[in-house]
Amino acid sequence: MVSRTPLPQIPGTNPFDGELAKKGYALNKMCFSFNSAENRAEFKNDEEAYMRKYGLTKPQAAAIRAKNVLQLLDAGGNAYYLAKFAGIFGLDMQDIGAQQTGMTKEEFKAKLVAAGK
Amino acid sequence: MAKIIGGLGTSHIPAIGGAIHKGLQQDPYWKPFFDGFPPIHEWLKAQKPDVMVIFYNDHGLNFFLDKMPTFAVGAAPQYVNSDEGWGIPSLEALKGEVDLSWQIINHLVDKEFDITTCQELLVDHACSLPLKLFFPEGNYPVTVVPVCINTVQFPLPKAHRVYTLGRAVGEAVAAWDSSKKVAFIASGGLSHQLEGTRAGFINKDFDLKFMESLLTNPEWATQFSIHELVEKTGTQGIELLTWLAMRAALTVGEGAGVRKVHSNYHIPISNTATGLLALEKVS
Repeated sequence: MVSRTPLPQIPGTNPFDGELAKKGYALNKMCFSFNSAENRAEFKNDEEAYMRKYGLTKPQAAAIRAKNVLQLLDAGGNAYYLAKFAGIFGLDMQDIGAQQTGMTKEEFKAKLVAAGK
Repeated sequence: MAKIIGGLGTSHIPAIGGAIHKGLQQDPYWKPFFDGFPPIHEWLKAQKPDVMVIFYNDHGLNFFLDKMPTFAVGAAPQYVNSDEGWGIPSLEALKGEVDLSWQIINHLVDKEFDITTCQELLVDHACSLPLKLFFPEGNYPVTVVPVCINTVQFPLPKAHRVYTLGRAVGEAVAAWDSSKKVAFIASGGLSHQLEGTRAGFINKDFDLKFMESLLTNPEWATQFSIHELVEKTGTQGIELLTWLAMRAALTVGEGAGVRKVHSNYHIPISNTATGLLALEKVS
């Protein structure tokens, strides 16, 4: 283990550091491949085969099947790359925010508007 | 010597590209954001910059985690925007200013910054949207040098280090043997967080203080650690580092002062607090 002084927790926040980068490499590499429309089509055609091609771990594959963002983050997913996965299903950032915070989309959007008051 | 005329800061959000594509600028949701730009269009028409140095962060278009530079400088004759995963139509390619790229690269290495040089570089919405917003008629009348700052994989460069980088880029531009007029762009932030149970976090108070500091006390944000900045602005709000670099670049050359041309701040666009700022260098 690399020694370092633990930083205070930021609730609901897990900065994408080396530990997560190691853990999530296969998942993020697959998501990076979704920059290509051809790859997005290949994934949609056979999700299981595509995940095997990128060597996803069992928790990563389960999180992809569930389309569950918190699970994907826990499996080492990085927000910037996961956004490309979400895009395949036409989900916008409010859909994703609502899912992660347990709100309806309308509630989540209202929370954003309230931050501007 | 080249003339530094000022700096522009703007948020970048993929959805802005979609709104431009669909012509939604007067839609009630988008109007408060797009209404911020006309005063800047006027300023640009009067100032006529030739070159723009763009501080931005890549979002997984050009760089993947296999090779993640902390600082990367474009040295390409042209920078192409490409599919970022959502199938949104690509924006126009940007014309490079290769001589200035190498002027900046040489100066940064001389100042002991270990940078990555890129003779080919795909640029994502963070680099291409600001040009589209500043020159909505297209056919951009400027060349560019992209300077990419890692905000994706921690550890990120400290705010103070980014400020020093920005200042060094400013020095390189000020010393460039050219009659061209140069402006800096910061593309990123302000406060927002996309992931985790804190998704949707926005911090208006901090954003407004930060924007004010760029006018009156440019080093103010360098007092904070990256961890503190993430706490105050969100995991993607950390993109405010690009604003810090832009402001630092304006502290060199004739006259260290700036005057505010225009600013705008609006919540929300997508999940983000959007900031817009134009600073003119006072010589």
